[in-house]
Amino acid sequence: MTRLLAHDAILVSMAVVLFGIVAVPVAMRTGRRGLLPYAFAAVYTNFFLVSVAAVAMVYALVTHDFSVSYVAQVGGRATPLLFTVISLWGALEGSILFWAWVLSMYAAAVVWINSRRPGNLVPYAAATLLFVSFFFAILLVGPADPFGVVSPVPPDGPGPNPLLQNHILMAIHPPLLYLGYVGMSVPFAFAVGAMLSGEVETDDWMRITRRWTLSAWALLSAAIIAGMWWSYEVLGWGGYWAWDPVENASFLPWLTATAFLHSAMVQERRGMLRLWNLNLVVGTFLLTILGTFLTRSGIVSSVHAFTTGTIGYYFLAFIAIVMLASLALVAGNSERLRSTGRFDSAASRETVFLLNNLFLTAFMFTVLTGTLFPLVAEAIKGVKVSVGEPFFNRMSLPIVVTLLFLMGVGPALPWKAASKAELKAKLVPPAAGAGLMLVIALVAGARNVYALLAFAFAGYAAFANLREYWIGMRARRIAHGEGWGTALVRLVGGNRHRYGGYTAHLGVILVAFGIAASSTFRTEYEATIKPGETISLSGHTLRLKAMWGREEPQRSVVGATLEVMNGSMVKGTMEPRMNFYPMSQSPVPTPAVRSRFLGDLYVNLQAFRPDGSNATIRVIYEPLVPWIWFGGGVVVFGALIAIFPTGRRTDA
Amino acid sequence: MNWKRATIAAACVVPLIILFGYGLTRDPKDIPSPLPGHEASPFALAVFAPGQPPLNRAPGDTVRLAELKGQVVVLNFWASWCLSCRDEHQILSETAKSYAGKPVHFLGVLYNDEPGNGTQWIEQMGGQSYPSVTDPGARTAINYGLYGVPETYFLDASGRIAYKATGPVNERLIRHVVDSLMAVAAK
Repeated sequence: MTRLLAHDAILVSMAVVLFGIVAVPVAMRTGRRGLLPYAFAAVYTNFFLVSVAAVAMVYALVTHDFSVSYVAQVGGRATPLLFTVISLWGALEGSILFWAWVLSMYAAAVVWINSRRPGNLVPYAAATLLFVSFFFAILLVGPADPFGVVSPVPPDGPGPNPLLQNHILMAIHPPLLYLGYVGMSVPFAFAVGAMLSGEVETDDWMRITRRWTLSAWALLSAAIIAGMWWSYEVLGWGGYWAWDPVENASFLPWLTATAFLHSAMVQERRGMLRLWNLNLVVGTFLLTILGTFLTRSGIVSSVHAFTTGTIGYYFLAFIAIVMLASLALVAGNSERLRSTGRFDSAASRETVFLLNNLFLTAFMFTVLTGTLFPLVAEAIKGVKVSVGEPFFNRMSLPIVVTLLFLMGVGPALPWKAASKAELKAKLVPPAAGAGLMLVIALVAGARNVYALLAFAFAGYAAFANLREYWIGMRARRIAHGEGWGTALVRLVGGNRHRYGGYTAHLGVILVAFGIAASSTFRTEYEATIKPGETISLSGHTLRLKAMWGREEPQRSVVGATLEVMNGSMVKGTMEPRMNFYPMSQSPVPTPAVRSRFLGDLYVNLQAFRPDGSNATIRVIYEPLVPWIWFGGGVVVFGALIAIFPTGRRTDA
Repeated sequence: MNWKRATIAAACVVPLIILFGYGLTRDPKDIPSPLPGHEASPFALAVFAPGQPPLNRAPGDTVRLAELKGQVVVLNFWASWCLSCRDEHQILSETAKSYAGKPVHFLGVLYNDEPGNGTQWIEQMGGQSYPSVTDPGARTAINYGLYGVPETYFLDASGRIAYKATGPVNERLIRHVVDSLMAVAAK
């Protein structure tokens, strides 16, 4: 019953979507604008129908309806309710359904907000979103049908992949990622809409989607950080990033979207880079689809790879169509996208933005090359290779330190041109920040050139961005006699775009400090100890108090209780665990993490004697890792400041 | 239309699409199993599903690999929660029946599942011609380096692993492997 309802909802949605896709151009060509409300209604109806299917799937999961193929594949009676619900995105078919749902929601919201706008831009953008929806609907009735019949009905299912039911972040990271990923469809749809409707000269498509792009970017940033955190808290290796194809897939569109956020400002302020911006938006969307293709088709090997079937060919066809169609559109419109402004001086903010775009794009191509290289190697030489951290780290470090430096220079420079005196006044003081961080890093023992540069440039950028607040606040205090707090609030409130951006910069700098410190100063030690014995690492001593075991409905858990010692005083306890799931050969660890301002004590249970007489414990000291998570929060906060509607224009 | 730009774009995109098209014909996870050619790990497992005459064994009987020496052994790992196992069930059952009386022994090994669920599944799927055993703690599965279910191991008459099939098997594959192993044993 549930199965049929959901399946039919998707089928009907296909008809509705197809109607919408056809109605828009027909209305435009024949001048029957009366059709447009029906096309918009198709967008809302699609949202309703896909919602029905998604809710039906959650219902089937929660009621353990194993006659539904997706439930039989990921469900399990012993799985806790929360993890049953979120297994909606735990495997291929469900994740496609979830994607389609998010997309239909975005489309409905975008049309709802903009449907009154005159002109052809919004209808064409809506048709573009419906076109993408149609592709996902095809997947849902074809190669990724989650609503297949299973007969006879199995009494129980295997439960979700153990890695995916071991941490609460699994409820947070994937939805954020999908919201961010799919959100990039909105600026893409408006860019395509602008090209189709011939409204590309008015920059309206960019103004309308500014908040959408920023929101999608913020969600994607949060998702990447949450994914790093999940990896850190669940996999037990003490790291947070491994350049796995799926991690790269989320990072690639983030890079081009970040480039776009900056170059869009150049277009808004100076009327330049218009063709480039169009390319960035189209490229970002293509990268989200490419990322989905890479992870869903099984074309590259990854820890995240989903089980596969024929879905790869569908994605390939879709990518080919979207790539060729959008590139043809861009080429067709490129004559109309002449810049109205020009670069006045090398010493200007727009020059820094241009460099920022150059390096971000180069970064994207580097990561893309590394990700696809195994495929190229197999195609040309027939060998299986994997491209790992050494390649990515070596290639990306020079780019990253340059970007950090630019992040300090950009905010300091004015638009158009800066005088020599201005340059000196703006660019020299932040060097104090660079010097300070350099000394700290040297004293702490860093000798690697890139590590030192990263600390120095991050210090430079932190100083430069904080100084912008300081200068603005001081000016307000003098002009209006405000207190520091009021000055800060009014300063940021008066120019949310700008200070939201600086706040996001500060977040990125915090993340950079966290990554630089944890990869430079990380120390670890592993030992097998008996209860009562201790293990020490960089001034931290842990005593193994006891080993214990516990049976839970869906798994058995073995843990070690360790006391964190300060001399003979017990400061706290840590309990690293190992979880044994019946459907999985290898246990899933749950490391214990004790976070302090300057770093984490990270303890993982590696092995143990079944009788509890000893345990192998790995202790890692991870300097500044909490700064990464906190920095991610600051980035999102900065984006929120910029997204929040500005009251300034209506006040004036 | 800016044809120069369009050509450059096409020159970048088309090879990429061809590369992906090629990539789809490869399986990056298809890493050859190191087991074929090595001696199969011994086991002694209790029958929970008897199978049908003439291939049946009494429930509770212990099947030992050692006592199957001299025969070709087809070891199929399965579970009631495994959807792909349904695809191969009837093929395995019927092919096994057709080899009755020959020096071939088919055996199902239940993987991470309750014998009750297994029995019920066999009944619903229309019976199974050969017996199935339980594998408490999945110890045998671990010894055989199981990636997942279904997987089928073909052991030659001298007790070596000759072939491993990942995923559902088809009749042609079973007959091809079993017939050639029997031919080798007969020599």
